Amino acid sequence: MVDESTRKTLSSIPLLQTKAGPRDKELWVNRLKEEYQALIKYVQNNKAADNDWFRLESDKTGTRWFGKCWFVHNLLKYEFDLEFDIPITYPTTAPEIALPGLDGKTAKMYRGGKICLTDHFKPLWARNVPKFGIAHAIALGLGPWLAVEVPDLIEKGVISYQEKSEDTK
Amino acid sequence: MSTVEELQKKVRELETKLAAFQSNVAPGRKKIDVMSSEVVDSNPYSRLMALKRMGIVDNYEKIRELSVAVVGVGGVGSVTAEMLTRCGIGKLILFDYDKVELANMNRLFFQPHQAGLSKVDAAAATLQNINPDVTIDAYNYNITTVDNFQKFCDTIRAGSLTGGPVDLVLSCVDNFEARMAINTACNELNQNWFESGVSENAVSGHIQFIVPGETACFACAPPLVVASKIDEKTLKREGVCAASLPTTMGIVAGFLVQNTLKYLLSFGNVTHYLGYSALTDYFPTMSLKPNPQCDDIYCRQRQSEVNARPAPVEVATEVTEDDSPVHTDNQWGICLIDENVPEEEDTSNLNLVDGVQVAYSIPVDNGTPESSTGGAVAASELSLEELMKQMKSM
Ligand SMILES: [Zn+2]
Repeated sequence: MVDESTRKTLSSIPLLQTKAGPRDKELWVNRLKEEYQALIKYVQNNKAADNDWFRLESDKTGTRWFGKCWFVHNLLKYEFDLEFDIPITYPTTAPEIALPGLDGKTAKMYRGGKICLTDHFKPLWARNVPKFGIAHAIALGLGPWLAVEVPDLIEKGVISYQEKSEDTK
Repeated sequence: MSTVEELQKKVRELETKLAAFQSNVAPGRKKIDVMSSEVVDSNPYSRLMALKRMGIVDNYEKIRELSVAVVGVGGVGSVTAEMLTRCGIGKLILFDYDKVELANMNRLFFQPHQAGLSKVDAAAATLQNINPDVTIDAYNYNITTVDNFQKFCDTIRAGSLTGGPVDLVLSCVDNFEARMAINTACNELNQNWFESGVSENAVSGHIQFIVPGETACFACAPPLVVASKIDEKTLKREGVCAASLPTTMGIVAGFLVQNTLKYLLSFGNVTHYLGYSALTDYFPTMSLKPNPQCDDIYCRQRQSEVNARPAPVEVATEVTEDDSPVHTDNQWGICLIDENVPEEEDTSNLNLVDGVQVAYSIPVDNGTPESSTGGAVAASELSLEELMKQMKSM
């Protein structure tokens, strides 16, 4: 099952209430507000725990999301671009989070850099429709993925540390 | 400076490339107006029309009037499209947004020289060459996004040869999101469709026929899986997302098109659910009734429409679009689960055939999520724009 720290993180993210997808016009605006509230709370929690590790924003329609996430390994901070679309079947199906910069660099991805989720993700998501939102998908899907895959990719030399705002090799 | 050996090797490589190129641009056959049953070497339809002579199919030429949408042109979808093309289907509409990669070469249909092309364009070119009589439309987009989904629905609704709804939609996609999107579209449009799939460990697969309101839709129950008899704990997923075999995919495509032909040309029985376990060569079949509490509002609407119809016989006549007599041995509409399930059944209690199970269960009482105690979001005083701004400034 999901590990204890992920479980704890999840439980501190507020639950959403509005069951609405991007085709639901006004209800979708309500859902989006809840999404942002949950995300803001989650980032606040992370900051308070000195573990600020992602930023996200969306276009006006709330269907296209993009941002960055960071992973610290051996005191070095690695940064990745993050993006996904909200499918019309949301929130019944979770968003497919993608790290396009890592596309083709690991087998634990589908086309377009979509991360390969663990077997726990889909059942847990399905049982919590519509209460889980984007913040939960990030915590339950992306967090554990980075924790397993990034150290491995660094070790294999697939990704290397890039000094911020400096031209590197 | 190159050595003679190197130059010779290069010449051989170029000759091979040229041959491949020529084989692709070489003129195929000319279009044929009417399917002939004449048995001559030059008639590509003679063996298909023989089905008529043998009394298997009443009216094989009807296939020329029919339109089928194939969603997902990967390991299953490309083979499905090729089979329908060779069968002389009237119109094929292909949807995919992926490109051909060398990593696809363990599957059938695509060839290395097509790497980098969009799957739908590469497939359309090959298929058109195999059979110029087929009208082929190719759409290169992801159907699950808001704008594309609308285009997808419009195409399903008006994409047939006569400008009406297509005769059948075949789902050959590889992910839950796209299946749910097809399910949503077909429930809304009252469109019959087949779902198909191969498991991520490549050793099981299934097809499922969905008649909105009559058989269980894809949202009526959690996803069904064919037991592979592999202990899940021993299933290693380290370092890979999914495996695939051309065999399993070819078999599933074969089941899919076989049942498509039976449905379109009204012969034999169309199987509602057919599973395949490769490790044990086990093929469970069953029928599934729709869930009255299905999450999809259009599924529930279709169910009440079906319930309002007079007799179950009508279910059978619906299959054959013309007025030709219904096959008397058609087991259509007879559900395995009718016999032994009490009326007041718990809807989560599906009656599944041995060897098929749900991928996961969803508790009936969805009131308290098992893993969250953080409370619900409170109604916010702030507008969406203000919340967006707040998030951006963090
Ligand atoms: Zn349903």
